[in-house]
Amino acid sequence: MTGADPVGLYRTVRLIRRFEQRAIDLVHHGQIVGGIHPYLGQEGIAAGVCAALRPADLVTGTHRGHGHVLAKGADPARTMAELCGRETGLNRGRGGSMHAADLSVGVLGANAIVGAAGAILTGAVWARRRRGDDVVGATFFGDGAVNEGMLLEAFNLAALWRVPVLFVCENNGYATTMPVADAVAGTITGRAGAFGMPASVVDGQDPEAVHAVAAAAVARMRGGGGPELVEARTYRFDAHHTFEHVVRLDYRSPEEVAAGRARDPVDIQGDRLAPHRRAQVDAEVEATLDAAVAFALAGPEPDPAGALDHLYASGLTGRTGGGQA
Amino acid sequence: MRLSYRRALTRALADELARDESVFLLGEDVRVGASTITSGLCRRFGPERVRDTPLSEQAFTSFATGAALAGMRPVVEFQIPSLLFLVFEQIVNHAHKFPLMTGGQCAVPVTYLVPGSGSRTGWAGQHSDHPYPLFAHVGVVTAVPATPTDAYGLLVSAIRHDDPVVVFAPAGALDVREDVDTLAPVPFGRGVVRRAGDEVTVVAVGHLVHDALAVAEDLAGQVSVEVFDPRTVYPFDLDGLLASVARTGRLVVFDDANRACGVAAEIVASVVERVRLAAPPRRVTRPDGAVLPFAPGLDRAVQPGREALTAAIHHVVKDAR
Repeated sequence: MTGADPVGLYRTVRLIRRFEQRAIDLVHHGQIVGGIHPYLGQEGIAAGVCAALRPADLVTGTHRGHGHVLAKGADPARTMAELCGRETGLNRGRGGSMHAADLSVGVLGANAIVGAAGAILTGAVWARRRRGDDVVGATFFGDGAVNEGMLLEAFNLAALWRVPVLFVCENNGYATTMPVADAVAGTITGRAGAFGMPASVVDGQDPEAVHAVAAAAVARMRGGGGPELVEARTYRFDAHHTFEHVVRLDYRSPEEVAAGRARDPVDIQGDRLAPHRRAQVDAEVEATLDAAVAFALAGPEPDPAGALDHLYASGLTGRTGGGQA
Repeated sequence: MRLSYRRALTRALADELARDESVFLLGEDVRVGASTITSGLCRRFGPERVRDTPLSEQAFTSFATGAALAGMRPVVEFQIPSLLFLVFEQIVNHAHKFPLMTGGQCAVPVTYLVPGSGSRTGWAGQHSDHPYPLFAHVGVVTAVPATPTDAYGLLVSAIRHDDPVVVFAPAGALDVREDVDTLAPVPFGRGVVRRAGDEVTVVAVGHLVHDALAVAEDLAGQVSVEVFDPRTVYPFDLDGLLASVARTGRLVVFDDANRACGVAAEIVASVVERVRLAAPPRRVTRPDGAVLPFAPGLDRAVQPGREALTAAIHHVVKDAR
């Protein structure tokens, strides 16, 4: 187990924070179409968990997934280009915000179907280990996913076959607008207990606390342990989706939002750095993102003639012959 | 060599498990071989490669997706065709979409094997679907082999293919046996003329190929029937069918699935968009929106059969004369 790197953790949460703010700006200016699900407020979870992983380890993210992709090491410029639908994006503009993936750094993709990725990651980690690679996985999901049967089936398979997957529940209090208390019978960690999986609760606003819990779990898993669950308590600072910037939905009081925002993972981690060091990281992040936005907007839009490129990895075409009707 | 359809599937699995370490088998009761298709494979290849799963179809289907993303070639067996409704999300929304959504970063080579698709007589509403048109509609490679030779060849091709493939082994074909000289992979999208004729082309899917051949034989001397077996309904061998229809000028499609939005509708549309037939084409299918009822007489009444095919053939031939 490695100790926390305070500067590294700060750089990651700051990068995600500013990336998301820049992305929201691009949404408002029409340069990202379809909007995004901002990860603002939850940065400490992706940062803390991914800092406990190695480059070869595997992760899956969610529809609120930019943080996971960036924290695992994807290039911010190519990630931003993907959000902007450019040929230079991670997915050549074929995936967008909800499906950004970079398999070269172990990101098997953001996955926009709630609860769907856990079983996929379990299979991927099992397969890699079967082939002799010493890898573990982390799959991120929200509190809404704990009521998806598919995820509970994945808990069972991973525990039954002792596949080292860290199930990371980002409990931000709401499944879109549905409060956890109105949606979850029992507890989130209790679901893990039902499958014999160790589970812990951590303050998701504290990147070092998340890292410590994740690193301990990862060390147990690398030592032959089975899957574990971490419930990271957090708060979503912004909208479920940027459409809320246009359509106001009334489900959180201003007081509640203010209280949630008061515990900011960027400040919690930033306060652990000397002011000049923090300013230096901020400047580096800003330069990275200036370049990322410029790269994204300069990238060519994909040629419509290639709209169905990669539909089949095999290069198949669906109808053999007959020409166009 | 005399080979049954079931043993052809078993042999394809065994040959690919032996040939390629990345191939493994996953499903319910596959160790014991409750479907009879996987019998003996666990003894030969071990429980790591012939993996029994708990009854968690959605999770083990996605587990296979993940294993495929990590370089394996899983074969997932479903004992009941209707289970494909349960895992449609996992196959379509994930396995099938990943290559495009990731911009070509990955391949998902999974084979879904469905032995006993369609009516099994007496298994009623939730065990008797034949849901291959759904997969053709969404663009997943869909094979419906009619013969032992093709069952072997298409299953081998499916396992070696870099995209998801569903192999529907119709219940009505599982007892077919034939003399086989050589077994080899069968390419997708390449149909075959099972019987040559020059007055009407009957496209028959899966086990209905055998019924179509029987009807063609019965009608010999009255009507010259050509029987075309597409072997895969997606991709579909349109060139092969157009060549047949160019000879016969008439078309009947014999398809054991519901009529509306089905494979037969697609085949008819694809042909009439391109050529002028001598008579309006006919479809012989299950009725629109059918659910198979239990009682044997009711079950049969809903399936497309030889009588209905015979009537349709007479109809298109009479229309033209």
